[in-house]
Amino acid sequence: MTPRRRRLVLVLGILAGIAIAGALALQAFRSNVTFFFDPSAVVAGQVQPGKRFRLGGMVEKGSLLRQPGSLEVRFAVSDFKQQVKVRYTGVLPDLFREGAGVVAQGRLNGEGEFIADEVLAKHDENYMPPEVARSLKNGQSRNGN
Amino acid sequence: MIPEIGHYALILALLLAIAQSAFGLLGPLSQRSRYLDAVPFAVAGQFVFTALAMGCLVTSFVQFDFSVRYVAENANSALPIFYRVAALWGAHEGSLLLWIFVLSLWTVAVTLRSRSLPPQFVARVLGVLGLLSVGFLLFTLATSNPFLRLDPAPPDGRDLNPVLQDFALAIHPPMLYTGYVGLSVAFAFACAAMIEGRLDQAWARWTRPWTTLAWAFLTAGIALGSWWAYYELGWGGFWFWDPVENASFMPWLVATALIHSLAVTDKRGLFKSWTLLLAISGFSLSLLGTFLVRSGVLVSVHSFAADPARGIFILAFLVIIIGGALTLYAWRAPLLRSDAGFELTSRESFLLFNNILLVIAAAVIFGGTLAPMVSDALHLGTLSVGPQYFNPTFLLPVLPLLALVSVGMHSGWKRGNLARVRRPILGTLVLAVTLALAICAGAYDFSVMLLPVGLALGLWMALAALVDPIDRLRRGLSLPAGIVGMSLAHIGLGVLTIGITVVQSVTIERDTALAQGAQTTLGSYSFRFEGTAPAEGANFSATEGTVTVNQNGHEVAVLKPQKRNYWVQQSAMTEAAISSGWNRDLFVAMGEDLGQGKWSLRLQVRPLIQFVWFGAIIMMVGGVVSGLDRRYRLPKTAPVTADVTPAAGVQGQAA
Repeated sequence: MTPRRRRLVLVLGILAGIAIAGALALQAFRSNVTFFFDPSAVVAGQVQPGKRFRLGGMVEKGSLLRQPGSLEVRFAVSDFKQQVKVRYTGVLPDLFREGAGVVAQGRLNGEGEFIADEVLAKHDENYMPPEVARSLKNGQSRNGN
Repeated sequence: MIPEIGHYALILALLLAIAQSAFGLLGPLSQRSRYLDAVPFAVAGQFVFTALAMGCLVTSFVQFDFSVRYVAENANSALPIFYRVAALWGAHEGSLLLWIFVLSLWTVAVTLRSRSLPPQFVARVLGVLGLLSVGFLLFTLATSNPFLRLDPAPPDGRDLNPVLQDFALAIHPPMLYTGYVGLSVAFAFACAAMIEGRLDQAWARWTRPWTTLAWAFLTAGIALGSWWAYYELGWGGFWFWDPVENASFMPWLVATALIHSLAVTDKRGLFKSWTLLLAISGFSLSLLGTFLVRSGVLVSVHSFAADPARGIFILAFLVIIIGGALTLYAWRAPLLRSDAGFELTSRESFLLFNNILLVIAAAVIFGGTLAPMVSDALHLGTLSVGPQYFNPTFLLPVLPLLALVSVGMHSGWKRGNLARVRRPILGTLVLAVTLALAICAGAYDFSVMLLPVGLALGLWMALAALVDPIDRLRRGLSLPAGIVGMSLAHIGLGVLTIGITVVQSVTIERDTALAQGAQTTLGSYSFRFEGTAPAEGANFSATEGTVTVNQNGHEVAVLKPQKRNYWVQQSAMTEAAISSGWNRDLFVAMGEDLGQGKWSLRLQVRPLIQFVWFGAIIMMVGGVVSGLDRRYRLPKTAPVTADVTPAAGVQGQAA
């Protein structure tokens, strides 16, 4: 092989590698990205059953129920219009409380209950995840109309 | 009075930075050397005034001057002195000041260390650094002045975010910023070389020690952040693919690529364009990181001070810096021609693969980190990208990269006859695979496929990195610091790989509810919950649990995790308890009181997690050793011209 052809092969090989890596990354991205929905969207049936997503909103006041002595908790997430019941088994984050913003990750079960495998509340008293803040704001302004 | 002094010091620093960039960039156009002579004075003055500003802010914190808004927001009369000093960079304004101070430190270091370089070139480098300084000082004074007063002053402050009240606050931000900002030196050297139009091997050689040192600090900064998150956040992991972690990791990957590509440009005069682009993008990514962290566009534990105006300022600054540098590049691109060739198995091509794979890894993270922003801006829905995306896509380029490291280390420049080095390559490979299989069979198992693969790759790297130094010692050859540093960095990478592989594959974790006196078993360890007792700190009260851990009937650890309540902000904080051994960490974090005398507890056994930090430390030491190599220090008397550099090629293997 002449040096020129060798370089051509090298460049083509590198390009093919990059293309494959890009395609695989895109594929991984498509199948692993999680979308955010607020309770209204969930109640309206915009989420495919069984698909993993993030649910965000306020923890409804008075909705937190715990089986005494067990790790299982139930609470409702609301956007002031609709609410979705959530079940979670595990340790809740420090800043989780009724009336505060929350984002939970998980799936809907057959009865329209959200089975969370992860509950996030961020490390700031005044913190509200931006997407939650926005969806709450929409909910309130729509209520006002 | 003191805050005003600080404020004026910042303004004076800004004026001096303007002078520094004007004299530095325009001075070389004139024949008179006194313009150039003015530059170091501007540098020194700027350093004095930024240091003064830092001192003023520290004084305000120490003296509880709550009339200063930044102090009132980030301290409290109950806050211990240690945290009051470290609170300086606990939030946005102060960390910008730290950024400026660190930039000034690097600039002083470049001024002092570059006296043997051509004065016009140095002036241009300092001019570019001055421009960056102007940008950040303007930003601070216009949008984020830490010296603003409150009138009337509140009687007490709102206190430092409890998450930050930790020893690591004193070291993680300075270390990380030293690394971040250090990349500006490589950027400035690249810009100066482009302005000068002298894109030979010399600038690459001059840039190498600075880039390597910045890289070492960045390595240490990221590792410290990861360690901090591990023991402080109470989740028990060491890497969460959090946008802010990614923001520091992307420049690290590009800086790693840059170090290797600079080696090729220095030794062989190849990859010139590529090296320039890496130098530009490395620093751009660290600016982008600042933008991501400080603008509040991303959801993250770090985004506590969000302000859109700041985001727009940084974005504009980013566009100017990147746009300017790329314009320079486009202008000088015709000069970038190199005719030398190299073989497929030469060191050059291995370093080329290294660069491609590292850049792919950075691109994959870039895509995942920015996708939520882009999707949001285009109204495609709010989405989040988590480990499910990052883990597999990051491994894809990194696994072949790790495998190529061990081979590439032994290849020679230009020809790279691999047959000649077949013995060390195959020998270390066989040894590594045997050891990996033995470790899997003896200590762990084969249930996770990546475990033996990762172990073998890590061991291979660490062993292969030893071959060259041992060979040199045996033959009685000299062992330059550059080679020692390189070997150390690669050994560190091997150790890190082993640590990450084992932690990711063999960790046992469980959230559980335990009553007093009850116990549960994780692997060979049994955790017994002994109950809780009240405890108190300087500015918090806590419930402290006691958990004893037994292995084979012997007590191996007594852990005392806390659930703290900080008085001022009334916020709850989980303080995990960790017992570290060389081969495993036992981790306990308290959940909450479940009633009926039971508590929820998060229990974890993490084998070899110490290897992660240990590997990073070795890498950092390697970077420092290599960055301080004497070969980079040119004798003051020697005339420095472009033709000096090829002589360095004699050093051959030392990249």
